[in-house]
Amino acid sequence: MKSGTLHRYLSQGYRRRKIFDFFMRCLLGLAVAVAVLPLGSVLSYVIKKGGPALSYNFFTQLPKPVGELGGGMANALVGTLILVAMASTIGILWGGMIGIYLSEFGKGKLAHLIRFSADLLGSVPSIVIGLFVYTIIVMPMKRFSALAGAVALGILMIPTVARSTEELLRLVPQHIREAGLALGLPRWKVILFLVIRGAMSGIITGILLAVARVAGETAPLLFTALGNQYWQSGLDQPIASLPVQIYTYAISPFDEWHNLAWAGALLLVAVVFTMNLLSRFLLRGQSLARE
Amino acid sequence: MISSEAKLQKTDLHKGDRRFRRIVTLSGLLLLVLLGSIAFFLVKGSLPSIRQFGFAFLWTSKWDPVREIFGAMPLIYGTVVSSLLGMLIAVPLSIGVALFLNELAPRWIGRPAGFLVEMLAAIPSVVYGLWGIFVLAPLLRTTAQPWLKEHLGFLPFFQGPAYGVGMMTAGIILAIMVTPTISSLAREVFRAIPRAQREAAWALGATRWEAMVMAVLKSSKPGLFGASLLGLGRAVGETMAVTMVIGNRSEIVASLFAPSQTMASVLANEYAEASSDIHLAALIEVGLVLFAVTFLMNGFARLMIMSTTKAKGHHG
Repeated sequence: MKSGTLHRYLSQGYRRRKIFDFFMRCLLGLAVAVAVLPLGSVLSYVIKKGGPALSYNFFTQLPKPVGELGGGMANALVGTLILVAMASTIGILWGGMIGIYLSEFGKGKLAHLIRFSADLLGSVPSIVIGLFVYTIIVMPMKRFSALAGAVALGILMIPTVARSTEELLRLVPQHIREAGLALGLPRWKVILFLVIRGAMSGIITGILLAVARVAGETAPLLFTALGNQYWQSGLDQPIASLPVQIYTYAISPFDEWHNLAWAGALLLVAVVFTMNLLSRFLLRGQSLARE
Repeated sequence: MISSEAKLQKTDLHKGDRRFRRIVTLSGLLLLVLLGSIAFFLVKGSLPSIRQFGFAFLWTSKWDPVREIFGAMPLIYGTVVSSLLGMLIAVPLSIGVALFLNELAPRWIGRPAGFLVEMLAAIPSVVYGLWGIFVLAPLLRTTAQPWLKEHLGFLPFFQGPAYGVGMMTAGIILAIMVTPTISSLAREVFRAIPRAQREAAWALGATRWEAMVMAVLKSSKPGLFGASLLGLGRAVGETMAVTMVIGNRSEIVASLFAPSQTMASVLANEYAEASSDIHLAALIEVGLVLFAVTFLMNGFARLMIMSTTKAKGHHG
């Protein structure tokens, strides 16, 4: 704004400007209310509709065929646990190592490129990751499998874990590294046993958030783990998972299945929120740029 | 960092150190390989379709799995319109949220409200989809859509039967889902603006709102553009929630009430029935286009955000 126009503008009626200011402030407050409204609606519906259906059977029974009442998602729960555990192994190890590289050795163009690539990988749509894993694992093996699902979820975890690990390792004061090196410790011991230990609670937080995100992923599993109505028989077989089961039941035409979908959604939301709250609790006082 | 530290970092004092450094560097290099191989295998998988349809794949508008004719135009159209609709709602909303939380709200409101907005991002996509099918779509069908039809029905966007599921519902769900992304990035951009700039505006007698416009919004335009672009990237690739509420019909219709289909939703929808090789290759090519588009948008957006937040000394 040029100073002339600015001056003319500011010398307009003060009262009118004050009223406009008040109006705009209210509008901004309203924006927050509007943005948060869906959260309230989603949570209340999930609790209202999912609560009654979240019975003992839900946790212990296999899905029933169409037309039979009852049934649960026991196999999908176990399936999600298996998938997330396997994915975490990939995501935490690989992502963690990249984080260590970026924080402890990452200087110059290569590190910059790798950091940028991690961010880019983090923004590739998850269904595309699923499609990629489909072409490298499902097509050669000629069948959907738990392994493929876990690899897809693992790849999705890498960027989150890598970037949060990097940021938290950077928060560890330099003199701790120097103290370790001055004692004659090899650098790898300094990093693994001093630096990482110092940032442990934060790193666990980053991992929790990555796990929470991946536990609710559906799209990459469609192409890889597919789904399964029965108990898992091997890692080279299709595997059921909670999010895919919710999806299948949600788009089905049966009320009974809709209720189960709501119950599954309640469970999923509860787990994801618990993990988010837990990570916040672990991180009290520490600053961590969130994704 | 000071140069002695840099030197210290380069010296491997012990035997195991070199190996350790190599291992973690390798893990970083493998990340580049991973990104490269995603591109490579998507291209490889879509070769049959690329050979058969060529570039016409992108602008022919018939997507017919039964007769094995694949043109991605309806999907691209659906993706563009639903994402733009989402952005039309989400961008002003997110900037409003970020302004309120950063510039106006006292701590005791700002912190919990910020937490709630962030929690929006934590809800899994499939849960939004479920909510969209059973809550949002019926709500729109019975309230907003008849109203729009009655008052703005002369526009081609608001004609035809209101099913509930369709382009409009997808756009709204997308808006809800990208709002936390854009607003948290916008907050970061606003935070990089020196406080003195606002104080200068207040000292000139500007009201709070005027100061926000003059001192905050004006100087954060590139950053906000980058934030919106990142949000758009998310919207374009969003799959489950959109698949569940968009109605899944690959036709190009002007009406926002009509069912449509996006690149991501067609993937989620037809994965199971892709029996023929050419159908599969066409789906993989859709994935390839999706990958290329989001890759370019995100790369550009990140460079843009980096250039604005760097001023503060934020590491890039």
